[in-house]
Amino acid sequence: MGMTITEKIFARASGHKTVTPGQLVDARIDLVMCHDVTTPPAISMLKAKGLDRVFDRDRIVVTPDHFQPPKDIKSAELHKRLDEWARRHEITWYYKLGRAGVCHALLPEQGHIRPGELIVGGDSHTCTYGAFGAFSSGIGSTDLAAAVATGKLWFKVPASMKFVLNGTLGPGVYSKDVMLTVIGRIGTDGALYRAMEFVGPVLAQMSMEARMVLPNMAIEAGAKNGIIACDEVTKEYLDGRLKDTRPYTVFESDPDAEYYSVDEFDCSQIEPVVALPHLPSNTVPVREREGEAMDQAYLGSCTNGRIEDYRIAAGIIKGKEVKIRTMIVPATPTVWRQANDEGLWDIFYDAGCVISAPTCGACLGGFMGVLAEGEKCISSTNRNFVGRMGHPKSMVYLANPATVAASAVEGKLTDPRKYL
Amino acid sequence: MTKAHVYKRDHVNTDEIIPARYLNTDDEAELAKHCLEDLDPELVKKLQPGDVIVAGEDFGCGSSREHAVWAIRGARVQAVIAKSFARIFYRNAINCGFYPIESADAIDKIDDGDDVEIDFESGTIHDKTNGEEIPFQPLPDFALEILQDGGLLDHITKKAK
Repeated sequence: MGMTITEKIFARASGHKTVTPGQLVDARIDLVMCHDVTTPPAISMLKAKGLDRVFDRDRIVVTPDHFQPPKDIKSAELHKRLDEWARRHEITWYYKLGRAGVCHALLPEQGHIRPGELIVGGDSHTCTYGAFGAFSSGIGSTDLAAAVATGKLWFKVPASMKFVLNGTLGPGVYSKDVMLTVIGRIGTDGALYRAMEFVGPVLAQMSMEARMVLPNMAIEAGAKNGIIACDEVTKEYLDGRLKDTRPYTVFESDPDAEYYSVDEFDCSQIEPVVALPHLPSNTVPVREREGEAMDQAYLGSCTNGRIEDYRIAAGIIKGKEVKIRTMIVPATPTVWRQANDEGLWDIFYDAGCVISAPTCGACLGGFMGVLAEGEKCISSTNRNFVGRMGHPKSMVYLANPATVAASAVEGKLTDPRKYL
Repeated sequence: MTKAHVYKRDHVNTDEIIPARYLNTDDEAELAKHCLEDLDPELVKKLQPGDVIVAGEDFGCGSSREHAVWAIRGARVQAVIAKSFARIFYRNAINCGFYPIESADAIDKIDDGDDVEIDFESGTIHDKTNGEEIPFQPLPDFALEILQDGGLLDHITKKAK
């Protein structure tokens, strides 16, 4: 019996020749991601248990991002605990001060994500890294503590679901629309405990930045991980970028690998969509809700806060004035710098947008654009649960960056295609 | 008496369990004051130590924040009984030594305010108000072992000895 990419990575990491879904394995961790909310408690646990050590200071990447820079005294205390620990253990890849960014944009951009590796992080969107043919999954603080101290964790090998993305994307349609359509079809627990493997000709039309959106939101379907096989696009992105320059392993799913299910999508039929409050699966075409008044537009996050996203948005906003509060929250310092160099900040500034430093910000209701009671926000982020971006009675509408930009210009939900 | 607080809803998510506006601390007593605040702001006032929370499918979906388990545990809730759990919440609960009870029938058979008793040995919830005996799937052995050791870190420390 053949294996999927996910199974092959588990077999390699656990020292087995083959593994099958449902099998419990103790696996070696190749990389651990740490940020300011979930890592400080893990550090405290390790201290309390007398396990205050790190398994390999070169295989841990630390970046404060959730409340970066600290938004209040309590979050400053979290940063202080993270900083003290990272310095004490001489963590090699510690992105601090002006180098910190939204973890899931920062780690791939800085060349820490390698195909074939097993990666965990103290954040649910750690599944993003699967775009590079790696197994990657989000964990809580206790798992994080164990991973950091021992470099090993137990896993139940997940069954894989295959998502075949056929066709070509039309104008104004992006990977975000594809993923919201997938989640809309299978539901927020449609992939519970399982791996989502994305294949199909549409991937060849996507850059790595665009691809990352698919596994990034795998957690929004309940999945353990999302994964895309490493191909030429991947290799080109990684070339000259990887911090660890040793050869990496490219795994491919065997032709006779077994899948829990196979879902086909004709992506040519997908339109710009919006996920209505309060579930990422409440997906409808934007045109069905056009005209619904918004109070804020938000462009940022590990889902759509990369340079391509700002180019798309700037293309629509250029020369116009936004009608609602519009937050531009770039994911990393490099994105900030590049957008600045390309003149995108001028476009957003002239349009009346707010441009912030890199941070997770209001995506999770932290700061930098938190919503008041009853307010509605069109957002390029990943979750629209009750209270996600602020007041429990505020509402979040998830969409691609073009839809967010068009809606900012009109002050209401707007199909971006008329601006293209 | 062990009172059941029943929420006939699926996808109770981590943003409702402990909103991010409180994530600037990991102090369990502080988090407990806001347990499930955006789902039911009155819950914390109603909760008595040992009470249980009952919900539908996919409980705890969303963020990896273990703060969700700590807020519930800190509010001295004995257990969460759900039709199913989201993956990370489920794993976090076990790692914290907090038993996630998966029961297909509990949400339909237990009414809000019922007096319930949980028998972890036999895997049964006894609803003393209406007399129902509701079975649940006991945790697999490896998870029980982690739970009995007091959580993942104590478990790996014990194994290393």
